[in-house]
Amino acid sequence: MSKHKVIIVDYGVGNLLSVQRAVEECGAEAITSSEPNVIALADRVILPGVGAFANGMTALESLRLVDAIKAIAADGIPLLGICLGMQLLLDESEEHGLTKGLGIIPGCVVPVPATDIGNKSLKIPHIGWNSLVAANGATWNETILKSSTNGDAFYFVHSFMAEPENPLMRVADCLYGGKRIPAVIGCNNVVGCQFHPEKSGLAGLKFLRSFLY
Amino acid sequence: MLFGMKHHKMNQNIRLIARLDIKGSNLIKGVHLEGLRVIGNPQHYAYRYYEQGADELIYMDAVASLYGRNHLADIIRKAVKNIFVPLTVGGGIRSVEDAAAVLRAGADKVAINTAAVENPDLITQIAGKFGDQCMVISVEAKQVSNQSWAVLTENGRERSGRDVVEWVAEAVDRGAGEILLTSVDREGTRKGFDVDLLRAVSQSVNVPIIASGGMGRLKDAIDAVNNGGADAIAMADILHYKRASIGDVRNACQSAGFQVRSYEQA
Repeated sequence: MSKHKVIIVDYGVGNLLSVQRAVEECGAEAITSSEPNVIALADRVILPGVGAFANGMTALESLRLVDAIKAIAADGIPLLGICLGMQLLLDESEEHGLTKGLGIIPGCVVPVPATDIGNKSLKIPHIGWNSLVAANGATWNETILKSSTNGDAFYFVHSFMAEPENPLMRVADCLYGGKRIPAVIGCNNVVGCQFHPEKSGLAGLKFLRSFLY
Repeated sequence: MLFGMKHHKMNQNIRLIARLDIKGSNLIKGVHLEGLRVIGNPQHYAYRYYEQGADELIYMDAVASLYGRNHLADIIRKAVKNIFVPLTVGGGIRSVEDAAAVLRAGADKVAINTAAVENPDLITQIAGKFGDQCMVISVEAKQVSNQSWAVLTENGRERSGRDVVEWVAEAVDRGAGEILLTSVDREGTRKGFDVDLLRAVSQSVNVPIIASGGMGRLKDAIDAVNNGGADAIAMADILHYKRASIGDVRNACQSAGFQVRSYEQA
């Protein structure tokens, strides 16, 4: 298996060590960087992230990374957004007022719907292992989920969710309180996952491998 | 009571968690959190539980709060090299900076007991900075009378004067996203979880409860969920002494009709 140069974008949000180790475990070379010039030379780019949307965008802007990431997407270089990194790919987020995103995938980031079940309200954030189901009309054959098994569970931690405008960009959902939450979205070379593949055991590593090779 | 219905209604997986109590660089195990015995190298045990399909791991520094510092950052840095599930770290975390240090080392959540009891505002600060999902309140409970439990600190060595149910409600109000509820009476005894304690707490708050302390047989896990309303099961003794594997517990949970993470062997 040939080694790819994978850049993990370091913009100061969240712990990159786990993502880096997971990529290495998949046999790829992973470098963390916050330099636009380094990112421009990547074979593949991972945009990780934990925390609030506005903080994430502010950090990307102050590091002059917004244009660099948009260029990666436009140049057809594979780009994976994880959790907050997935949400940042969209046009805007409703978290703490409207905040503009990277605008790579048309759509909006909205709160996970609150649902009452029996006499208990559903717990938000959505935390824990959840299985993927195909999004309406989606097949996984040609996607990043091509080697995943239907029902594989992944680890989620989030209160907001990324909804692409075009339903065809939804690859897989998970069900929470009977509602569909976009779990994997994608459009050509750009993919986003709401779960943390680096914390999702073997299923997560398999998913990362599909992105890497 | 319809606790048997809770998890079905909530449609959430019951999580199976391996708990590793650490002293220095050793995995240890005690009874009632005392009489600590060395089990072995935590890394070997942690990796075994990861391979068996543990949904999460909890690392607790058993003596950290005695010395006022946490020695787990190194162990966590080693763990994230080959363990790809969420890690919770507790023991001796006394400030936002301490929490930041273990999170930077690769932990996903921090579990706090003593420092939160002494300074409840720490819960608010950590939840505010890293999110509720990151802030696990660790509660060491000792029964004082029928349906009443006292909060212990310093790994079960000190009494705080607080009542468990009241303290948990305050901690959740302040932003604790999860409760690690350890029965000091049952811990290390293999006599089963304190189901009354679990029920008293799970009825009073709406955040996930991790049952800890006393798992002796597979049916104890079923009991904790069905009759105690637990959302997750922490296991130590039963795993360390190989009386059961995570896989055995998973099968028992499935047979009881619980939803658990679908897990494929390597």
